[in-house]
Amino acid sequence: MNPFARRLVGAAVIALGAAAVTAIGTSAGPVLAETPKDTFVMAWQFDDIVTLDPGEIFELSGAEYGSQVYDRLVTFDVNDVSKINGHVAESWTVSDDGKTFTFKIRDGIKFHSGNPLTAEDVAWSFQRAVKMNKGPAFILTQFGLTPENVDQKVRATDPRTLVFETDKAYAPTFVLYCMTADVTSVVDAKLVKTKEVNGDFGNAWLKTNSAGSGPFVLKQWKASELLSFDANPNYWGGAPAVKRVLVRHIAEPATQRLLLEKGDVDVARNLKPEQFEPLRGNDKIRIVQSPKGTLYYFGLNQKNEILAKPEVRKAMKYLVDYDGMAKTIMNGLGTVHQAFLPKGFLGAVNDNPYKYDPAKAKELLKQAGYPDGFSITMDVRNTSPSMDMAQAIQGSAAAAGVKINLLPADGKQVVTKYRARNHDMLLYQWGADYQDPHTNADTFAANPDNSDNAKAKPLTWRNAWDIPELTKKTEAAVQERDTAKRAAMYDELQRTVLDDSPFVIMFQQTEVIAERSNVSGLVWGPSFDSNYYWKVSKK
Amino acid sequence: MVRGASLLASVALTFLGLLLVTFLIGRVVPIDPVIAVVGDRVSADTYARVRQELGLDLPLWQQFLRYVGDVLQGDFGTSVLTSRPVLEDVLRVFPATLELATAAVIIGVVLGVPAGVMAAVHRGRWPDHLIRVIGLIGHSIPVFWLGLMALLVFYARLEFAPGPGRVDVFYEGVVDPVTGVITVDALLAGEPDVFWNALYHLMLPASILGYYSVAYIARMTRSFMLDQLRQEYITTARVKGLSEARVIWRHALGNIAVPLTTVVALSYAGLLEGSVLTETVFAWPGLGLYITNSLLSADMNAVLGGTLVVGAVFIGLNLLSDLLYRLLDPRAR
Repeated sequence: MNPFARRLVGAAVIALGAAAVTAIGTSAGPVLAETPKDTFVMAWQFDDIVTLDPGEIFELSGAEYGSQVYDRLVTFDVNDVSKINGHVAESWTVSDDGKTFTFKIRDGIKFHSGNPLTAEDVAWSFQRAVKMNKGPAFILTQFGLTPENVDQKVRATDPRTLVFETDKAYAPTFVLYCMTADVTSVVDAKLVKTKEVNGDFGNAWLKTNSAGSGPFVLKQWKASELLSFDANPNYWGGAPAVKRVLVRHIAEPATQRLLLEKGDVDVARNLKPEQFEPLRGNDKIRIVQSPKGTLYYFGLNQKNEILAKPEVRKAMKYLVDYDGMAKTIMNGLGTVHQAFLPKGFLGAVNDNPYKYDPAKAKELLKQAGYPDGFSITMDVRNTSPSMDMAQAIQGSAAAAGVKINLLPADGKQVVTKYRARNHDMLLYQWGADYQDPHTNADTFAANPDNSDNAKAKPLTWRNAWDIPELTKKTEAAVQERDTAKRAAMYDELQRTVLDDSPFVIMFQQTEVIAERSNVSGLVWGPSFDSNYYWKVSKK
Repeated sequence: MVRGASLLASVALTFLGLLLVTFLIGRVVPIDPVIAVVGDRVSADTYARVRQELGLDLPLWQQFLRYVGDVLQGDFGTSVLTSRPVLEDVLRVFPATLELATAAVIIGVVLGVPAGVMAAVHRGRWPDHLIRVIGLIGHSIPVFWLGLMALLVFYARLEFAPGPGRVDVFYEGVVDPVTGVITVDALLAGEPDVFWNALYHLMLPASILGYYSVAYIARMTRSFMLDQLRQEYITTARVKGLSEARVIWRHALGNIAVPLTTVVALSYAGLLEGSVLTETVFAWPGLGLYITNSLLSADMNAVLGGTLVVGAVFIGLNLLSDLLYRLLDPRAR
């Protein structure tokens, strides 16, 4: 080796050595083996959050945020959704004509600001949601509330009494379930009013700040980066056991797994089967599965003359390998479910009549005049598991000669096409907006106007399924005040849709949560706004 | 003066072109921007109102003029995803990328240039082969995989490096952002703990990115050097009796400084443009991740704003390497 090379190698060795020493030296200091006991740390993909204003929140992660910071009038029991409990409202009565709800507001609740929570705050929260008319406003406006009449229809008659009037007599459970939705969160009217700019009801401010009364106070939100909370020591239901909650946006599931295994986070939210399956044997980690109200389905556009044939609609339902998918790509992500009401909803039909049966499908296709099958396109969002499902269906449908040409695209692109009714078949998911059966019946079994320029665009409209009879039945069900009768009506609606509809509903989503075993008290409800960190504690 | 003016004009034109192209792409994409703002289940009234608010009911050319006018006033619009002004967002995420890219390019130059020189000097012998293999690995292994493997080995197994993120989650928010570069901010705020923690977090992702830049810079240095070592002036220098080190480091390396500057500048610009995959694996909230997230959410204001910054960085670095030429090459003065 010549002198120059020797010098260079020498320099490199010294540099590497120095780097190693620095690395080892610093590693002793800041690495924490486990997160502190008074802090709950979670890794989660929450890049869908676009606003923190409960009058505007319409994203899954946003809904979960709302439930930590705000209180709602009533809540449902996460273990038995049919039970509705008072929350901010300690009790309520319904007038004989079924159109006036009177809520008694619990005494002694204080907002994070120290302001007392009164019926005025509740009324103003509802009024602002209706007047702002953002994404979730329809949950309230479907009761006939408009920006013009809402001050009349929702009002505080005294600091502890809230009156809520609807335009028609609806099933009381329907009204109450809607009151459990995020949009009804009670905001600190006194505080938010001071933040109003140009009559925006404080929306610009509340998008990135909080004004609630819940167990946690928002500390910081950095979009797609960090969400942190401080405990509210004065929470009326009891102070949380932890002092802080830190939620970090970790996009990559494999990274989430590493963080969890190392104990740098207490919970990982977005593990896929390849990450959580190997963790099942790890005694430091617990895998929790929580069924959610989201359905995976594909729609058949009735504007397509092939798909408009009833036999073809039916045949498609026999061309999905439900059980095969459940065991493979949907392992841990969903369970087979074919009716439009998810398990846990009032009246949900949980028997799944369809099995993969290519022979039967072939028979039906023959009756329809397609003995050799046909070619058709399917739009699908290019993410997992949608894409995997579409590929599996492509494979299973080929057995009856149905050649599916997949058109993968970004989710918003798929929705844009869907709303224009330009698809043949389209695979997507539908999440319930609130816990009442009407949320799904209204979209899977009602289509008030099938014309191209209809105002409402439910899934039935998007697939051009014109069903005046069924629409009337759905309307009747939401006004049925006897709960048992109502459940029976939904049973019938679901069976009709199961039998003959352009919807092939396949799976109900399961959320898989991986928790460190020293963590307890987390509640994973059937919807994202019923996931609660309030009682979390660490040993 | 004339040169300055024409330079300014060409920069302005480049920007206008960039604005036009990104704007058009944003409008051609088959995504309804209203849905991106209000979601899919919105009522027809809200839909119409938001559409009007966004100015989408205007003809395309009017929308463009409006946009250019706003940009000239420093208003890049509001991001749908973060509900904040795009400019504010970009100023927040860009320093993270700047920090990472700068660290990576330093590693790239410090290791890459000597490695390239060594390879050229020992052409065809083991140092050359070794460096070629390192370079080949750098070019053929996806950064995504290498990043995950590095995390697995150095973070999960050896406990040598910290996990993903710019600082430990507990240090988050301790230092108020001044420059946005956490290491600098920590020093300004007199928080040595945060400084060390941030530096420590920088180590792994910067090494990964730096490795790729080493591979590239070493390869380019090698080929530039080989070119020079064949020249007659090198033979003359040797004949003159100059030491081999002087021949290589002063004469040959001195002469490749100009093209090497371009290589380094390009490599730096590439890193600044955002290393989306590295940022994803290491949960590094930088520009690449920001633009990607915005694109996936059809958040066109943010995409346009981010693209403009990237464009500005490219133009800026080009100018800078132009200026450096003049310093390094007497003929260009």
